Amino acid sequence: MKIQIQLFKAFFVSGILGFGGGPTIIPLLHKEVVEKYKLMTDDDFSDVLSIGNTLPGPIATKMAGYIGYRIGGIFGLVNALFASVMPTVLLIIILLNSLKEFSNSDFINNMSKGVIPIVTVMMGLYAFDFLKKSHKALGLKISAIIFLYSFITIVVFDLHPGIIITSLLILAFALPAKGGKAQ
Amino acid sequence: MIFWKIFIAFLIPNLLAYGGGPASIPLIEHEVVDRYGWMTQSEFSEFLALANSLPGPIATKMAGYIGFEVGGFLGSIIALFATVAPTLILMITLLNLLHKYRDSPKVMRLSSFVLPAIAVLLITLTFDFAKSSYESNKLIPTILMIVGSYLALEKFKVPSIIVIVVGLLIGGFLL
Repeated sequence: MKIQIQLFKAFFVSGILGFGGGPTIIPLLHKEVVEKYKLMTDDDFSDVLSIGNTLPGPIATKMAGYIGYRIGGIFGLVNALFASVMPTVLLIIILLNSLKEFSNSDFINNMSKGVIPIVTVMMGLYAFDFLKKSHKALGLKISAIIFLYSFITIVVFDLHPGIIITSLLILAFALPAKGGKAQ
Repeated sequence: MIFWKIFIAFLIPNLLAYGGGPASIPLIEHEVVDRYGWMTQSEFSEFLALANSLPGPIATKMAGYIGFEVGGFLGSIIALFATVAPTLILMITLLNLLHKYRDSPKVMRLSSFVLPAIAVLLITLTFDFAKSSYESNKLIPTILMIVGSYLALEKFKVPSIIVIVVGLLIGGFLL
């Protein structure tokens, strides 16, 4: 029981303090799980993180589910996931629905107009971040080729992005790996 | 059936989103706005602005809220399940396999090959949002707000929640 409470606290705190989503949650989680409650060693934590990164989807919930499962079984899994996800989900549902109560007021309607330019900047910064990451991981030439391929298929020909990403995943797996590091 | 649609709308983006939560934003937008029409572009951008400045994982805030708006409490749970469960199940069942191959060039390439495509999607979304800001705020206020929030977020590192609150007030009083 003590371990379940620690799990809950660790994931609750890292979720509710993690402004900026997954990337800010991970260091907070490390502090709670490894340093404060000593539920895992540092090496184990980095191991779980690197395995989590080989799969798609949000990293915070992969960490919560897996660490919860490993330390506290199925109940630990549900417990850690719940603690990391539910508080902020409830917060946003309650906050936005209370704003909606006033949606016939001009003031509230105009308020929301003021945030569209800000979210534009946020998305632009994410885009730049992904460009930097791909430059670092793939180099300029391969990044540029994949960028052009995605741009032409998704923007010019308006194909579903899921098809393009799936085709890239197949290519990543099918192309021979250079450098002879393969098993 | 609505619950099946909610499940698919959140399952596919999260199975393809290499690079964590932010990578799933344009993919979810594609399903929610373009494919199923549950939200308009500007509703989605307003929601995202607030969601992005609150704490917690962005992917689950999107799933929990949009699922709730479209299908009530059950819709919210289904969207969250579709977001979280598939990759988590893969991670738990394939752990040994993933552990063995996590440094293999092919496995590392899976996540890196997708990055430029996600960048394209995020750039497209940025332009869509700039357009919807231009439509509701006109040109000069849009440019001023974009430059102002860029400086605040990137140069002066003002917490995003404060930038959003200031944006809401400017919107309420001036726009």
